Amino acid sequence: MSQEMTLDPAQGQLDKSPAKGAPKKRSQWLEVWHRLKRDKMAMLGLLIITLVVLAAIFADVIADYETVVIAQNLSDRLQGPSAQYWLGTDEFGRDIFARIIHGTRVSLMVGVLSVAIAIVMGGGLGAVAGYYGGKIDNVIMRVMDIFLAVPSILLAIAIVSALGANLMNLMLAIAISSVPTYARVVRASVLTIRDQEFIEAARAIGASDLRIIFRHIIPNCLSPVIVQGALGVAGAILSTAGLSFIGLGIQPPEPEWGAMLAGGRQYLRHAWHVTTFPGLTIMITILALNLLGDGLRDALDPRLKH
Amino acid sequence: MSDTILEVRDLKKYFPTPKGTLHAVDGVNFAINKGKTLGIVGESGCGKSTTGRVILRLLEATDGDILFEGQNIRHFNKDQMRRLREDMQIIFQDPFASLNPRMTASEIIGEPLLIHNKVKNKQELTERVAELMELVGLSPRLVNTYPHELDGGRRQRIGIARALALKPKFIICDEPVSALDVSIQAQILNLMQDLQEQLGLTYIFITHDLSVVKHFSDEIAVMYLGQLIEKAPARDLFSNPTHPYTRALLSAIPSIHLDHKMEREVLQGEITSPINPAPGCRFAPRCKYAAPECTSREIHLNEINDGHFVACAMAGKG
Amino acid sequence: MTEQANTQDLLSIEDLSIVYEVDGETTYAVNGLNITLKRGETLGLIGETGAGKTTTALGIMGLVPNPPGRVVSGKVVFDGEDLLQMPKEKMRGVRGNRISMIFQDPMTSLNPVMTVGEQIAEVILIHEGVSKKASFQKAGEMLEMVGIPAVRAGDFPHQFSGGMKQRVVIAIALACNPDLLIADEPTTALDVTIQAQVLDLMKDLKSRYNTAMILITHDLGVVAQVCDKVAIMYAGEVVESGDIRDVYENTKHPYTRGLFGSIPDLDHSVGRLNPIKGMMPDPTDPPSGCKFHPRCPDATATCAASEPAPVLTETGHVARCLMLQSMVEPTDVNRVQG
Repeated sequence: MSQEMTLDPAQGQLDKSPAKGAPKKRSQWLEVWHRLKRDKMAMLGLLIITLVVLAAIFADVIADYETVVIAQNLSDRLQGPSAQYWLGTDEFGRDIFARIIHGTRVSLMVGVLSVAIAIVMGGGLGAVAGYYGGKIDNVIMRVMDIFLAVPSILLAIAIVSALGANLMNLMLAIAISSVPTYARVVRASVLTIRDQEFIEAARAIGASDLRIIFRHIIPNCLSPVIVQGALGVAGAILSTAGLSFIGLGIQPPEPEWGAMLAGGRQYLRHAWHVTTFPGLTIMITILALNLLGDGLRDALDPRLKH
Repeated sequence: MSDTILEVRDLKKYFPTPKGTLHAVDGVNFAINKGKTLGIVGESGCGKSTTGRVILRLLEATDGDILFEGQNIRHFNKDQMRRLREDMQIIFQDPFASLNPRMTASEIIGEPLLIHNKVKNKQELTERVAELMELVGLSPRLVNTYPHELDGGRRQRIGIARALALKPKFIICDEPVSALDVSIQAQILNLMQDLQEQLGLTYIFITHDLSVVKHFSDEIAVMYLGQLIEKAPARDLFSNPTHPYTRALLSAIPSIHLDHKMEREVLQGEITSPINPAPGCRFAPRCKYAAPECTSREIHLNEINDGHFVACAMAGKG
Repeated sequence: MTEQANTQDLLSIEDLSIVYEVDGETTYAVNGLNITLKRGETLGLIGETGAGKTTTALGIMGLVPNPPGRVVSGKVVFDGEDLLQMPKEKMRGVRGNRISMIFQDPMTSLNPVMTVGEQIAEVILIHEGVSKKASFQKAGEMLEMVGIPAVRAGDFPHQFSGGMKQRVVIAIALACNPDLLIADEPTTALDVTIQAQVLDLMKDLKSRYNTAMILITHDLGVVAQVCDKVAIMYAGEVVESGDIRDVYENTKHPYTRGLFGSIPDLDHSVGRLNPIKGMMPDPTDPPSGCKFHPRCPDATATCAASEPAPVLTETGHVARCLMLQSMVEPTDVNRVQG
């Protein structure tokens, strides 16, 4: 590494000053945060995501679910944006703004949970494959290859069709279809870390396999997983919208961005706002997640520091 | 005899490769007495690092015996090995790669103590780590620093402190100073020397640097393609190198003395492949004294002088 | 620049300073460096990690990465012309042709998807304006010259061992008969016996073609075997320079003495080594006064306060140490060396 920080260059090596001046243990994540802060695009992404998360948390404060989000009001159907309905109304006269706000809950939940499931499953498989190698590696990775040979959206469609269209199955379907990606990412980093000398050093002091995996290997392969995860949430939100659009995801009248897009598509000529606003929401959210993911990649990779 | 702490007998380590069997270590024999330093020198690919790792059982030997304090540890089970780790330790070459980048200095030094339940509570751990840091000359201010914040010399001190944490009797030093600058290298060598005296340690010192090994070792073994080809007390080896390879190796060291022009024995060609090596002397293809005898039989170490062993069919024949 | 200097010195670096600026922090890599080199001479540039050796080489080649690097001041006069003022286009004609460089790692300085013959021929093709066929012909000759059979020109780098690759790198560097060869740790990655072969080869080629050479290394032994002159760098400055015999046998600077004390001597056994205490100063915050004073065994309060000027102690032997200044009349280094 070229940038070595010399802490006390002027002092000899045998300084036995009392420990009172010892700096506190600084979290390495704090350093990552400092690097991330310098990336303007990533901060923009983070700001948007924060707004989306806040919208999901305070959705009920912003608009009541029973009376505003799902209650039909046919007299006000397909109205354009106005002071009363900021983003207009849909074909059942429901407030699109309120539905988008409530839709963030589903999108975020599916996005985050499916990625979490995928990381646990894929990461576990990848870590085992990478650490033990040999036959175990071969079996796990060939199964993953088979999964990868099927387009992930088709795989998700197949799983949802087989299990039935509900929130839980949707998450599972999206998670399973992205398991191979995480397995590959984790396996690749485990493979490089496994051969590092500090793993050998841990073995030399008598550390058990479990300790080596949890204390030495996993903390060192978190970075690529975090980056992949941020980008993965974007992919999962997109898949949710896609599946709902073709009717396999969230069922009406529950608000979901993809389903809203699908519902408004036949009114596209007269009422552009019904599809445009949910579409823009999806786009902006995905863009924000990708910006953050790219920023995290740079911030987590110390080699790109300068 | 009772002074012997470690003895290896006919140690072999082969690796299967697509092109054939790689003979990384091929029939190595030696013994070390308590409190002494054995230097193992050789060029890259000669099997010196593999030898160290096989002795510590970080790699499993293909064949041979490893006797530590009289016990053959080659077939020790996991529990026995865990206990043995307290007595045998290793210091690595690359002070960056051998420290976990996500752990602080004190976490790294304290880890062996935690693994072996050597401390009862956090307080005791902190105290032991502080003692170890002082022992290796690390300022207490550095307890919470991460390896990447430190220079090579200090990182290597952390590596040494970790190796010393369990109070071992025997340490394998695998090129511990070759990644360091000369001025820092000398500091670390002095530290290791002091620790040896203070704690009665026994070292195997693996290196490619002949001047360092001469300075540091009581006895030196020269390796070539997985075999020991010469072993002698340090001074003897340098004053009376006998194997043609040792002579070439010694004459290749660039001396800092301007008028010191040793007669160069320039070696022809480069090290041959350790995969499926031909029988007989491994050095024969590059040796200008090679005779048919050299490749017709295996050449073993032979004592030509008090404690000076050479594996050369031509030794003593002029 | 006098007429005389033009004819005598092939390379004359005057007061060269290079900094790197990263995140508002300035790293002082090279500080007021002075070096002169005559045709056919070999200069050993010795220093530890972070001393500024490689930055100096990049400065001569006009290859300091900008940003973050910046040449703050100084001249690099090569054969009467200041390379730092030279237009980029013209500089490209100098680089690889009249000045060439060998890098430390032979593994990464060759292109893995080109045959070694192509890589040697490429340099010749760029600089000599000959036909493709002639360039390949010459490439074969260059290989033979560094001791590799010409038939191997069609092989790829991975088919060669480390020592052989470094020979190929040398062949590329010498392909256009450069006036100056800069070798940055050319043998550090090699085993001693291979290092001996490569050093012999470089010595032989240098004397055959009267090429001047700057050998950058941390190895005092390598310099002793190959060089005529030596410059010891510390924290971006040359602390001692001169004829190799003067510097090695009549050492003036405490840092140079410290370096010699740090390496075990094969001919004389010592119980303990005598290392330099402490470590390299932080290049973003160099110490005041003499940059070596925090580590110097002889340092006094004066050393922390005032910066030593280069002092000529004998013909051509220069050292920067305040102790010498009180004993010897200070001299302007430029006048002395020019």
